[in-house]
Amino acid sequence: MSDDKSTDTIHKTPQTTPRQSATFDAYTNSEIRRSAATGIYDIRGGGSKRKLPHFDDLLFLGASVSRYPLEGYREKCGTDVVLGARFAKKPIHLRTPVTIAGMSFGSLSGRAKEALGRGASAAGTSTTTGDGGMTQEERGHSTTLVYQYLPSRYGMNPDDLRKADAIEVVIGQGAKPGGGGMLLGQKITKRVAKMRCLPEGIDQRSSCRHPDWTGPDDLEIKINEIREITDWEKPIYVKIGATRPYFDVALAVKAGADVIVLDGMQGGTAATQEVFIEHVGIPILAAIRPAVKALQDLGMYRNGKNSVQLIVSGGIRNGADVAKAIALGADAVAIGTAALIALGDNDPHLEAEYQKLGTTAGAYDDWHEGKDPAGITTQDPELMKRIDPVKAGHRLANYIAVMTMEAQVVARACGKSHLHNLEPEDLVALTIEASAMAQVPLAGTNWIPGVTKF
Amino acid sequence: METLNFDLDKKPLREVNQFLHGDASGLNGKSVVIENPNGAHSIAVGLKSDVHVTIKGHAGYYAAGMNQLAKVTIEGSAGSGVAENMMSGTVHVKGFASNAAGATANGGLLVIDGDAGLRCAIALKGADVVVGGSVGSFSAFMAQAGNFVVLGDAGEGLGDSIYEAKVFVRGKVKSLGADCEIKTMDAESKKILIDLLAKSGHKDVSPDSFTQYGSARTLYHFHVDNAGAY
Ligand SMILES: Cc1cc2nc3c(=O)[nH]c(=O)nc-3n(C[C@H](O)[C@H](O)[C@H](O)COP(=O)(O)O)c2cc1C
Repeated sequence: MSDDKSTDTIHKTPQTTPRQSATFDAYTNSEIRRSAATGIYDIRGGGSKRKLPHFDDLLFLGASVSRYPLEGYREKCGTDVVLGARFAKKPIHLRTPVTIAGMSFGSLSGRAKEALGRGASAAGTSTTTGDGGMTQEERGHSTTLVYQYLPSRYGMNPDDLRKADAIEVVIGQGAKPGGGGMLLGQKITKRVAKMRCLPEGIDQRSSCRHPDWTGPDDLEIKINEIREITDWEKPIYVKIGATRPYFDVALAVKAGADVIVLDGMQGGTAATQEVFIEHVGIPILAAIRPAVKALQDLGMYRNGKNSVQLIVSGGIRNGADVAKAIALGADAVAIGTAALIALGDNDPHLEAEYQKLGTTAGAYDDWHEGKDPAGITTQDPELMKRIDPVKAGHRLANYIAVMTMEAQVVARACGKSHLHNLEPEDLVALTIEASAMAQVPLAGTNWIPGVTKF
Repeated sequence: METLNFDLDKKPLREVNQFLHGDASGLNGKSVVIENPNGAHSIAVGLKSDVHVTIKGHAGYYAAGMNQLAKVTIEGSAGSGVAENMMSGTVHVKGFASNAAGATANGGLLVIDGDAGLRCAIALKGADVVVGGSVGSFSAFMAQAGNFVVLGDAGEGLGDSIYEAKVFVRGKVKSLGADCEIKTMDAESKKILIDLLAKSGHKDVSPDSFTQYGSARTLYHFHVDNAGAY
């Protein structure tokens, strides 16, 4: 009967600490609210943001008593790569195994494309066009340019085909295997629209299947046509998103691919549905060994003139990743996201501007909106001016040089005189998952789940 | 006019195509006859001069692919992707054409006297395609620009997700694809049609017997109510 409130509080059941759900976490809930408010799925750029088994889950076994290392700086450790020597009269020669992945003009500004070309050329590597055709900015500044042949065929023409150094038939991308391109109205400016032959300002949805072939038998005929048009001069790459790498690689090689580009689910994209990015495809770590196995089974793996090279991508960030990808069997890697960061994308010095866009440096991924304060993923003439192609290109060249040197450091420590001499036996895994996916033993054991008994 | 004969039974296609890629000054105005094509793929692809090529029989996939300037006549039928991604010039198929005829073609004129298969003029990017017979399903899928004339019937899903290409069909259309609708033919479109009929050997066919189709432009911008159509 007391109306004394203080004693009442003391006798009440103690409150538990407020607890957020691991299942319904803050991001998930915000996504539910966003969907409920707009009625349309989330579209964004970039790659998978969740934590996935990755190269960080692998470690190198440096040389010791049983093997001896090479002297840093004094003993040679080669980094050069030859791509596509199987049929092409003019194979690609690169000084470093780090290449620049295909990123479309349209998703990127012309100046960003120029910066990529400048940086890659200085570093002795190649750049790749993208969905939307070849620009003068890129052809003019890239010593070695790979021209993508995509389902949309935007900007595809035989003159550019002849100007290219290699041709990449795109079947899919790691961020969205089975999906087509997407470029929203804000970025379909007059120039972009003209190159793609589309009305200005529309929301472009491009096709996910090639218009004039279906299946591997047709692909073989298609590859042959491209060779005929270009007089068998240029290597033909085939790019696939990692899903069923063994079969996809085997079929692409049988269809005549000179080089396979294999892109894992961490791989960036200019724009696609969030659900696609996070839930379709497999991490690159799980895809490399089956791809290499397919090449080996066909007798096409590091077999002289009869070889098909493997380029892998999806979350490559540093020289350790490069060395690990190569040790697992890749001949080269491709970088997209990391190259954009080197150019200045998501840079903390632009934090105030990212805040205005409701995000923060490092997390900005609404690339499809074309408001990039760094001037990279935009077609806005004012924003574009913010990227200096010479300086940004220089940063990219530095970054590629560092990655290459880092990979050499690791390779020398393992006693290898060329990056390509790295092998799975140089690696162990930190987790059971990574061990199973990369097919290297769990550190300190001889155990590879699915291969050997514990 | 000087005529050169190649017999594919005797000369590898590679050599013939290489010859046809030669310097324009040596090829302009020349006539080249290709005998015994026997369905070979990629005959006369990547031409880039005003050469006249006659294929005496059936061609396989991608005949005259990516053509620029050349006039290619196929006296038989053509496999998939005839004149795919053509930029300019003329390709004339006297027989039938298989799937994806004129796919993504940017310019020039493709004339097919007989029927064409599935996905004719798919993703057309500016070329003119005239089919004397009927076309299969999903023709003019995502056609972006150019003109597509069908004297016979069209299959299912004509002009699905079409952009700014103009489609003219004289016969029946089994069904229209998403965002494709009947248009009233204005004077400009009629002129295009008359001109194409004349150029493709159908001078006597009345333009008034055609119905025009094009984009309703409702899918040009993402919208929740269109979710089912994406
Ligand atoms: C802005 C941007 C645009 C892209 N555009 C294309 C494209 O046009 N064609 C393509 O095959 N891949 C495209 N990609 C994917 C890259 O080629 C590559 O597969 C991916 O970026 C590699 O993964 P990473 O970003 O983790 O390095 C794009 C990626 C980004 C980030």
